[in-house]
This record gives sequence, structure tokens and C-alpha cells, in this order.
Amino acid sequence: MSTRAVPPTPAAPRRRRFSPRRAYGEGPLHLLLLAATFCLAGYAGVRLLDGDTVGVLLWFAGSAVLHDLVLLPVYAGADRALRAVLGPRQALVNFVRVPAFLSGLLLLIWYPLIARRTERRYEAAAGTSPDVYFGNWLLITGALFALSALWLLVRALRSRTGRRSETKVRPSAPH
Amino acid sequence: MPERRRIRSLPDSLRALRTPADPAFWRSPVRGARFTAVLGVILLVGLTLLFVTGLLSYAAYNPDLNRVNDKTPGKGWLGFYLFSWPTGPHWLYRLTQGLHVTVGIVLVPVLLAKLWSVVPRLFALPPARSAGHALERISLLLLVGGALFQFVTGLLNIQLDYLFPGSFYTLHFYGAWVFLAGFITHTALKLPQAVRVLRNGIPRGEPDTLAAPDPLPATLSRRGALALVGAGSLLLLVTSAGRSFDGPLRRIALLTPRGGTDPGPGPNAFQINKTAAAVRITPADTGERWRLTVRGPAGEFRFSRAELLAMEQHSAALPIACVEGWSTSDQRWCGVRLSDLAALAGYPHRPPGVFVDSLQRSGSFRKAALRDNQVRDGRSLLALEVNGAPLSPDHGYPARIIVPAAPGVLNTKWVETLTFGEL
Repeated sequence: MSTRAVPPTPAAPRRRRFSPRRAYGEGPLHLLLLAATFCLAGYAGVRLLDGDTVGVLLWFAGSAVLHDLVLLPVYAGADRALRAVLGPRQALVNFVRVPAFLSGLLLLIWYPLIARRTERRYEAAAGTSPDVYFGNWLLITGALFALSALWLLVRALRSRTGRRSETKVRPSAPH
Repeated sequence: MPERRRIRSLPDSLRALRTPADPAFWRSPVRGARFTAVLGVILLVGLTLLFVTGLLSYAAYNPDLNRVNDKTPGKGWLGFYLFSWPTGPHWLYRLTQGLHVTVGIVLVPVLLAKLWSVVPRLFALPPARSAGHALERISLLLLVGGALFQFVTGLLNIQLDYLFPGSFYTLHFYGAWVFLAGFITHTALKLPQAVRVLRNGIPRGEPDTLAAPDPLPATLSRRGALALVGAGSLLLLVTSAGRSFDGPLRRIALLTPRGGTDPGPGPNAFQINKTAAAVRITPADTGERWRLTVRGPAGEFRFSRAELLAMEQHSAALPIACVEGWSTSDQRWCGVRLSDLAALAGYPHRPPGVFVDSLQRSGSFRKAALRDNQVRDGRSLLALEVNGAPLSPDHGYPARIIVPAAPGVLNTKWVETLTFGEL
């Protein structure tokens, strides 16, 4: 209680000292958390890299690099190209974008299956042929684009009938 | 007039010079803290489920029971959580592993969208503001590299495309722990922000650091973009989930390994893990000369298939559930109880585990160890028949193991020897 009565001591003039906290830029909890992270990653990592070390490193870092510098620019570029092709008719973009995205997603995930990369191994394991998947992918893609076209058609018809009913209403307005 | 045009076109030419390090290079109006937060929270729940079900799958192999069950014997403390895998409910592994693989497939568009939403940060300059920030960015390589590594190895493995540099079990198990290190840190550092943004939005006056400073006119709202990601997940779910069921549901699964069709008609027309031809099991191996050897403290006994059929027969309705995520519905298996065979081998009460050898001469899991709780379960059979017919060669004729809730590969086919005792 007595400490309350003591007037606050004026702040000592600040000396330029090395501050580890300022150099680190984050709180101590941040440092502890990251230290624990790298310990766990190291413990698992030496086991992950035991064997084909270079191969695993390439796959681990390569998957991030391929995603960030190849896959993402490719699909972003495709989207930009689509918008450029459509020019002033930007309202149509989603009618192409949505089915193309869905079909591309299926192709990306199931490429080995669709391209029959493992046809013999698959047949030996399952006793059935993976031949059907390429056709199935085409059918799903076709259905997606057809649905999109149908949606566009319905929308166009609806807006036309909407406009027509509007014009019907208009002459009666002066009454 | 020409001067004015030149002045107006100047920002355009400058814009053309922008690099990804410039925040204004990124122009999609969809990016924003809320969009990223929604995807982040979905991934937090989804990836946690994947990690837990993945660990359960490793435990389901009973790797600490015997070396033949363990593909990662050098795991050290990473196997700290292992426990005796139970035999009930009998659909346990079908559920956990079906969730692991199907949820993994369904999360791909969410993961891609999340990475897309934060990609401008990858190129931000300076690369690190402080030592702490530099460490955090290195931990992000564990997170992003780890997530992509896990998804790519998993998706390749279920398509039997073994491109990856090593054994799938080793890469996917240790890869999961490296990923987890980055995942925990990222969650601890970012979840509070994500929750704040989702609860209260971005406070007035504060900038949305993930949003484009100079966005293009919107062709898709943020809600629309989330709906598109959801549509991708839904499409993947519809074309994949049926691989965990027989009949009409499998026929809906049009684009997924083991989707679409069942192999042929008849009582044996359910999914096969490896055909007899694939592992070179011939009719000569499994014909009249085949004998089952049963070993234990009471000695070594040999039984023909007819002798086994003459023993007390029991039936059990159990699925086949593969580590690749596909499974069958319950099949009606019929054969001799493992506990009855253990009694013949000299363990009339509380039998121990059993070591199972297959006729199969190559390939992994041609030998498997089952734990005592698996031998003692009355539904654990040396099956001779399925759905009222003799086993087909592809389903393990003349005799196979079937154990409730065990991963598919531990249900050894073409059984040659059962050795009861300490493993």
C-alpha cells in the first residue's frame, strides 16, 4: 500500500541499447511457438528425408513452387484470357467460368485415372477396367456446360418476357 | 488533345510494369480478409479431421504388435498415441478411413481457394520485417509444402500412381507430422484474427490487408466465389462418396477409383483389393493339394478345405474397408472362428494373437499379425464362403481372414499358415 504514495520516478533518459525484442519483432510466445514447431518438424523431417533425401525435398518444396508459380498463374491467366475474349459481354463470364472450373478441378484431381496412367496396375488390383473414367469425365464436363447453357437460355427468356410485360404495362400508365 | 491522351495512358503503362510484389498487381475484387477467414476456418476443421483419422488409420494396423504390420518402424515418439485397435463397431475403419479419403478429396477446392486468396503475401516485400517474421515465413513453407505434399501423395496413391520418391506409408505418415508442425503454429497465430474478422468484420478505418487496393469491377461476388468453391466440393463429394457402398450408390460415383461398377455379377461381385492373377496365385496352389497349417503349443495341424468345412461354421456380416478409402457394404461371411482354431492349437481360453501367412509370394502384407482382442472376437473368421457361395479366387479361395473393423490388408487372403502365440 505504501508504494502508492511514492511519486513515480521520472523516466531515466533512454539509452540506445540492443533490444532482442525489437530485433525479433514479435513477442516471446511467438518465439517459443516457432521453436516448438521447428523441433517437431525436425524430428519428423529427418525420418521423412531418410531414404531419397533429395527426391523428398524436391517433392516437398516443389509442390509449393509448382502450385504458386505454375498452377495458380495458369488458371488465373486462363480466367483473364476468358474475360478478354468476352470483351464487353462480361456478364456472360460465369456461364463459362463455372463449368470450366468444375471440369478443370476434376481433371486436376483425377488426371492419372482419366489419362489411364495406371491402367494395367488398376486392372490387376481391382479386376475392373479404368477405361470408363475418361468418358465419364467428358460426360460430366458436357453436362456441366449444357446445364450452364440451359441456365443462360432460361435467364435470357425470362428477361425478354420481363421486358415484354414491362412494355405492356407502360401504355396503360397514363390512364 | 494528343498530350491529354498520353497523360491518361500513363497510369496504364505503369500498371503494365507492376510486379507481383506490388499490392496493386493483384486486382481480383474477391480477395479479402473475410473470404480468407471463412476458408481458413473450414480448413481448420477439415484438416484436423484428416490428421486425426490418418493417425487412427496407422493405429488400426496395430503397428506395435509386429514388424510385419509396421511400415514406419523408425517412428520413435511419433507413435506415442498407439493403442489396441478395437473390433467394434465393425464399421469403424470403414468410417474413419472413408472420411479420411473422401473429406480429403472434397477439401481440394477449399485448399486451392485458400492458397489463391493469400498468394499476394507470398510476393510481398520486404521478404521479412524482422527475425520473427522470417521464422514465421519459413514455418509457412512447412504448412503449404506439407499440405500440398500430403494431398498430392494421397491422391496419387489412391489412383495407384506411385510416382512419389519412396514408400507411401513412410512419406504420408512423416509428412503429416511435418505438416502438423506448420499447421499448429499457423492456427495459433492466425485463428484469433480470423475469428475477429468473422465476428465483427473489419473495424472502420482499418485497411483490409488481403483485399486488392485497386480492384477490377466484380464479375463474381465474394459470396459467389465461396459458392463456386462449395460447388466444386459438392461435385467431388457426389462423384466420390459412393465408393464406400455397394450397388446404386457406387454407380453414382462416376469419377473416383473403385467408382461406377462392381466386378461382375454373383455373390462374389464386390470390390477386390488384389486379384489372384495379380499376385500369381494359380489353381494348382489352391486346389486339392492345399492344406491349412495351424501351429500352437498343442502342435502343428494340417487341414484340407473339406475338413475345415466339417468344423462348426459361424457367420458374420462384415465389410472390406481399404486404406485407399473405398469399402464395400457388409458381406455375409461364413467359416471357422479364429478362436476355435486357437483352441485346437492349444489355447482353449483367452487365446493370444495370431501370425498369418499367405500363399502370396510377393507384395506387402502377405504376412500379417492380429492381436488377441481380434482373435477373441466371435465375428473374426477364417472365412470359406461369402454370401452363400464359396470364396472366389480373387476373394481369397480356399480360405481368408475376416476381422471386424480391421483395415482391408489385414484380412489376409489365400491363407496358408496360422501361428497362434506371443507375437
